[in-house]
Amino acid sequence: MTSTDARTVEAGNGSRPPNPLLKNLSAKIASVPMALTALVIFLGCTGWTVVHSFTSSKLLPKLDFVGLDQYDRLWSTRRWLVSIENLAIYGICSLIFTLVIGFTLAALLDRKVRFESAFRTIYLYPFALSFIVTGLVWQWLLNPELGIQNVVRSLGWESFSFDPLYNPDIVIFGILIAGLWQGTGLIMVIMLAGLRGIDEDIWKAARVDGIPVWKTYVLVIIPMMRPVFVTALVLITSGIVKIYDLVVAQTSGGPGIASEVPAKYVYDRMFSSQNLGQGFAASTMMLLMVAIILIPWAYLEFGGKKRG
Amino acid sequence: MADVTASTNGNGIPATGLVEGPRGAKPKRTFSRGNIFLYGTLIVVAVYYALPLWVMVVTSLKGMPEIRMGNIFAPPVEITFQPWVKAWAEACTGINCDGLSRGFWNSVRILVPSVVLSIAVASVNGYALSNWKFKGSEVFFTILMLGAFIPYQVMIYPIVILLREMGLYGTLWGLVLVHTIFGMPILTLLFRNYFTSIPMDLFKAARVDGAGFWGIYFRVMVPMALPIFVVAMILQVTGIWNDFLFGVIYTKPEIYPMTVQLNNIVNSVQGVKEYNVNMAATLLTGLVPLTIYFVSGKLFVRGIAAGAVKG
Repeated sequence: MTSTDARTVEAGNGSRPPNPLLKNLSAKIASVPMALTALVIFLGCTGWTVVHSFTSSKLLPKLDFVGLDQYDRLWSTRRWLVSIENLAIYGICSLIFTLVIGFTLAALLDRKVRFESAFRTIYLYPFALSFIVTGLVWQWLLNPELGIQNVVRSLGWESFSFDPLYNPDIVIFGILIAGLWQGTGLIMVIMLAGLRGIDEDIWKAARVDGIPVWKTYVLVIIPMMRPVFVTALVLITSGIVKIYDLVVAQTSGGPGIASEVPAKYVYDRMFSSQNLGQGFAASTMMLLMVAIILIPWAYLEFGGKKRG
Repeated sequence: MADVTASTNGNGIPATGLVEGPRGAKPKRTFSRGNIFLYGTLIVVAVYYALPLWVMVVTSLKGMPEIRMGNIFAPPVEITFQPWVKAWAEACTGINCDGLSRGFWNSVRILVPSVVLSIAVASVNGYALSNWKFKGSEVFFTILMLGAFIPYQVMIYPIVILLREMGLYGTLWGLVLVHTIFGMPILTLLFRNYFTSIPMDLFKAARVDGAGFWGIYFRVMVPMALPIFVVAMILQVTGIWNDFLFGVIYTKPEIYPMTVQLNNIVNSVQGVKEYNVNMAATLLTGLVPLTIYFVSGKLFVRGIAAGAVKG
């Protein structure tokens, strides 16, 4: 009760809360978990890993600096190179297809469609599922003996071949199919929200001028939705770098090492093969990838025009 | 084009009414070629999205002989619930053969404290950030937002060490803590944006009436923010339920969450593959988030939109 009385006095003195050191004590105490998370976990742990990526840590982390040795070794490990290649293929394809499919679906749904919410519900439900569930379902669908391949063959097309999960050359596309199935719904929803935010007058003007609908989309609407596309882009790419569960569930990195990804490399090095230094170096590379994507975005978003 | 827009806008109320008149009563040609193409595409895509769920359901209701002979898309000739029973109560992971029920209850035991704790912490953060700003509060917030983009792989090992030091590594509470930490950026953003949208006058009035930090939080802010609490809950329940990485790193086999156990059951190399049991298990694991998704509808969308598009 005394503390609330004190606040009344404060509130009486100045209508907006000013900032002397002990003034918002409750607020500061309440923010301790946030401060700890920000400083210890996000800054501290990240820094710790980056620093230890320059050491010769094996079974246990130790501060025995060896310069860039771990990175040299990392980039001459075949498994890491395969991981990076897979991530690049998956990333580029996933980015293009997710944006195209997501936008197309949103645009179709925005044409004043009946049962819009039913369609939207169906397109989005995979997003609610765990990557493990998605991976296992698609593992089953892509099963060569009993899955889609078998169904098409039994329809009479005997030579039909569709077994991406068992073919090292195309296994990453098998994972891509599952990833797209799960992820496009989210981008569709974001795009739809963006389309809904576009002024009706634009459409009216385009109609009066007799511009075809598709041309309006390409020339007017998409350029107007630049911020939405940028958000979608950031969202997709940060998801791509993290891809892990899907691969574990669908292929466990196989056949052989054909579908390994960086996140899995990190996990395996840290927790299975007790090679911490490699794990730290690989995870630092992942951080670097995110930074390369994020910094231009942050620059465009916050650097150009200051926002409150 | 720009001229047209300008003139329709500039002509005042009567002209605007005139222009909007024909738009409102858009002619309904239900069977035009464009419409058939439009709905055709939408339906084909919907079938593609729905098929995996359909296959999961029908596979889980078939017996193994029927699966080996037939078509995965075909509905079951003879419906059997045996795979469901087996997946729930008998499926084996390693030496334990008590089915997914163990993972289910583990997930529940992880979920409840994680959701409560993460939302409690994040809502207080958001409240402090919007109404009780102090020196440095924005810095913490910025770090938090950037932290959301750091790959988890960078932080998992040092967190293992921290948890081990605290004696929480491999325990349920360790995992709860991890979920609270990694749920914080997005939830804090969600609450901060919501609390910022509540009129400042209300906050000031409560202060004049003598309410302090916690008084305002519990008596003014929380009651007003109930919808956003529901959104946050949906976000967290699905997110934590679907987590795999943290579950596999920070817990021991006895308290593995459902997703980890599911993966171990289905991807175990021993024994004959029982696809119907696997699909029943998969469906069981997906049931919780799916139920939340179908029941919550718009709120789910709002949750992910709030998470995705910065407010």
